[in-house]
Amino acid sequence: MKGMTVVVKTIASWVKVLIFLFGIYIIIFGHLTPGGGFAGGVILASSYVLLMLAFGREFVEENLPLPLASKLDCVGAFLFALIAVLGLVLGGSFFVNFLYQKYLPGQALNLISAGTIPLSNIAIGLKVGASLFLVILSLSMFKPDLSGTEKDSSFVVNTTEKE
Amino acid sequence: MAVFYILLLFMIIAAIIAVETSDLLSSVICVGAIGFGGSLMFLFLRAPDIAITQIVVEVLGLIILLRATISRDLTFITGDREFFGTVVSVVIILVICLAGIKVVETLPDFGSAIFTKVPEAASQTYISEGLAKTGAANLVASVILDFRAYDTLGEATVLFTSIIGATVILRKKAKKMVEDPDE
Amino acid sequence: MPYALCFLLFMIGLYCAVVKKNMVKIVIGIMVMEYAVNLFLIMLGYRTGGTAPIVDKTYLESGTGQIAASFINTSVDPLPQALVLTAIVISLGSLALMISICTRTYGKYGTFDITEIRRLKG
Repeated sequence: MKGMTVVVKTIASWVKVLIFLFGIYIIIFGHLTPGGGFAGGVILASSYVLLMLAFGREFVEENLPLPLASKLDCVGAFLFALIAVLGLVLGGSFFVNFLYQKYLPGQALNLISAGTIPLSNIAIGLKVGASLFLVILSLSMFKPDLSGTEKDSSFVVNTTEKE
Repeated sequence: MAVFYILLLFMIIAAIIAVETSDLLSSVICVGAIGFGGSLMFLFLRAPDIAITQIVVEVLGLIILLRATISRDLTFITGDREFFGTVVSVVIILVICLAGIKVVETLPDFGSAIFTKVPEAASQTYISEGLAKTGAANLVASVILDFRAYDTLGEATVLFTSIIGATVILRKKAKKMVEDPDE
Repeated sequence: MPYALCFLLFMIGLYCAVVKKNMVKIVIGIMVMEYAVNLFLIMLGYRTGGTAPIVDKTYLESGTGQIAASFINTSVDPLPQALVLTAIVISLGSLALMISICTRTYGKYGTFDITEIRRLKG
């Protein structure tokens, strides 16, 4: 996947930072305003997809290669499961909101409130963003290899005819 | 109420165009229009969380669909499947339509809150005690991450599995390992 | 009446997924069905003249910090919104899986037509 012209590259490099910041804002304030982990994670993934469309796939693959994205995905899922198990250990039952009920109630309508809900939002945002970036990178890396398949030439002629 | 009918009509016209046109690029763009109309509907139905999620998911879905169709030979495939199969499918769809219209008539009116008519509904507890029991001002976030966190764990597992499946299908290394013993 | 239009959208998607021969058209039909189902679920929870289920400073009682009765009487249902939120993201994951299958099949057979694929035994 090749890149685009200089104008597109310049504007995309500025806009990508704003989209990334907006995604982080939607994740962190997910318990106070509309949004949450899922929407914020998809916005994070789409900021990297913008970079891939403007600069070409090789540029993004140097900075965020496929194994690193896959590891970030696993880290996000593991953090979410860790918060659930910590609820079991510290609170008494699986997934209980142990921070709100025991240690750190906070005040309503502030940023630090609602216990483990912001932490779960961050874990899910990381997981969803890394997953979707991983699958779009894999789709763009796939080049169909038509040479080793078992078709004969007459079939190729038939399908390229228009109606 | 008129805005709901206008948006639904827009979505149905875009769906008919997406289904019937023979050019793949036009179908994909009309699917984008359906998603955009759906996001506006969610906004007017007082669901801002869902509207944000729908619009960004539809943009990424459009990019994935375009990646699959833009660089291939856009072959115009002639006609539909064989005649008998088409007739049977259309008859079955008409039967489902008639049954569905009977079901839709038994639903309560659009706009009358169904959950207030059932006194022990779970939503009554979520609205009245959500802020006190979880401390989150966004009641939808308190439902998905505190009251019903198991569903979110299941969703994270399903997403994880489908993405792993997609990356395994698109792998190139398997071809090399098959060809090497033949040489 | 809006329920009937939503059901019509679902039927259009079902017709496309069952009758068409092109693989990408089948995927598009499945996506239209998913949009229709999510829309139907949110429409079930709507209340005329309602407000979004997000507590603002104006909805809190001034003294105690509890939720005011006006909010409880005008809020829409938060439960279908929570379920549809995860369903939308799952539909994106399944779309990625379907398109990867289509891409792989195109790479092996050179066409998107499902009747041609049945005839070629490798």
